[in-house]
Amino acid sequence: MSFDSKKFTVAIGLLIGIISAMLVKFGNPANMGFCIACFIRDTAGALGLHGAKGVQYIRPEIIGLVLGSFAAALFSKEFKARGGSAPMTRFILGFFVMVGALMFLGCPFRMVLRIAGGDLNAVVGLVGFAAGILCGVFFLNKGFSLKRSYTLSACEGTVMPVIQAVFLALLIAAPTFILFTSNYADVKGPGKAHAAIIISLAAGLIVGILAQKSRFCMVGGLRDLILFREARLILGFAAIAAAACAANVAMGSFTLGFENQPVAHTDALWNFLGMLLVGFASVLLGGCPLRQLILSGEGNTDSAVTSLGLLVGAAFCHNFALASSAAGPTPNGKVAVIIGIVVAVAIAFANLSQKQEA
Amino acid sequence: MLDARGLSCPQPVLMLKKAMADNGDKYEIIVDNVTAKENITRFAVNSGYNVSVTEQNDDYVLSVARKK
Repeated sequence: MSFDSKKFTVAIGLLIGIISAMLVKFGNPANMGFCIACFIRDTAGALGLHGAKGVQYIRPEIIGLVLGSFAAALFSKEFKARGGSAPMTRFILGFFVMVGALMFLGCPFRMVLRIAGGDLNAVVGLVGFAAGILCGVFFLNKGFSLKRSYTLSACEGTVMPVIQAVFLALLIAAPTFILFTSNYADVKGPGKAHAAIIISLAAGLIVGILAQKSRFCMVGGLRDLILFREARLILGFAAIAAAACAANVAMGSFTLGFENQPVAHTDALWNFLGMLLVGFASVLLGGCPLRQLILSGEGNTDSAVTSLGLLVGAAFCHNFALASSAAGPTPNGKVAVIIGIVVAVAIAFANLSQKQEA
Repeated sequence: MLDARGLSCPQPVLMLKKAMADNGDKYEIIVDNVTAKENITRFAVNSGYNVSVTEQNDDYVLSVARKK
């Protein structure tokens, strides 16, 4: 039985759900065992790319995901340095995925974990996510393609894993030029809420290995169901939600409702639109933010560039007040999400296949 | 031969799906990564075809033939 069978995918989903809930018990922010968007944003803050003091911390989960994928790919001889498929376009799409995610206050992975915590605002986000995926599928069926990637040197493919190792060294050594929310006595924020480095790193490594082996992707879940009536990924998605929910209930951290949910807001329209942008752009990218990190560990430099787009997007969001807070979306953020949807539509039309159907 | 090398998910499977619109008995598709090979195999089998895979340099050639 292979790792990409339904049974294994569900088993892996259950394990990922439990690990995610446990990370919160060990100190991560509530309903945020993993959040690719928030954690890349926190890392951007630690690097001084933005000045939002409440969200500055090099998240070991991100490091673990990339390095876990790297190790798993090397072990099964699946590491393959490749790239060159519209990298600048992918950078921009990654940028706007982050804009959408910070409007909603979560990537698709966190969206699932928020649902598992009882956060009904995330159900609204899920509806938007599904709508965005439908938009992306529309263009896929019309022949959308960012063209092919090509084999590159092994050195090129290892840059991203090496960068992550450097971030780990910086986190542990904590030189003065790396910023930590916990260094500011008078500042509150999710940047102070984190599990111990070794726990976060281990969790990231385990999930990175599991996600690489199972080809996990939150966007693929709905997308493959719509396009091919293929249920494998969405069953995995459901397994994560079920396991995290059960763990939350067992630990007393399940609260059903819209109001006062942790690191969340109740503006339904903008939760919907933020995740619509995330779903749409992620389909155009060929994978959700988690999948982009995993692919970058496998040597895919297009996904590494997308991750850079996510990083720069996060920096922009906090430098120009685009990110939401528990109080709701910002005016700048609303403009940015609309621009993002327009840009994604433009990119989609600009990359439709010239060839006629055979 | 359908050339799906280097394409992002889910384009390799979409390429085969579109080719299958003519309801043929045999298709050949070439990909360059294991995930695409797995996805195409799963889709073809679920669509009523057998799949055999040949490795060619760093690529995979999938021969897809309708089940009898």
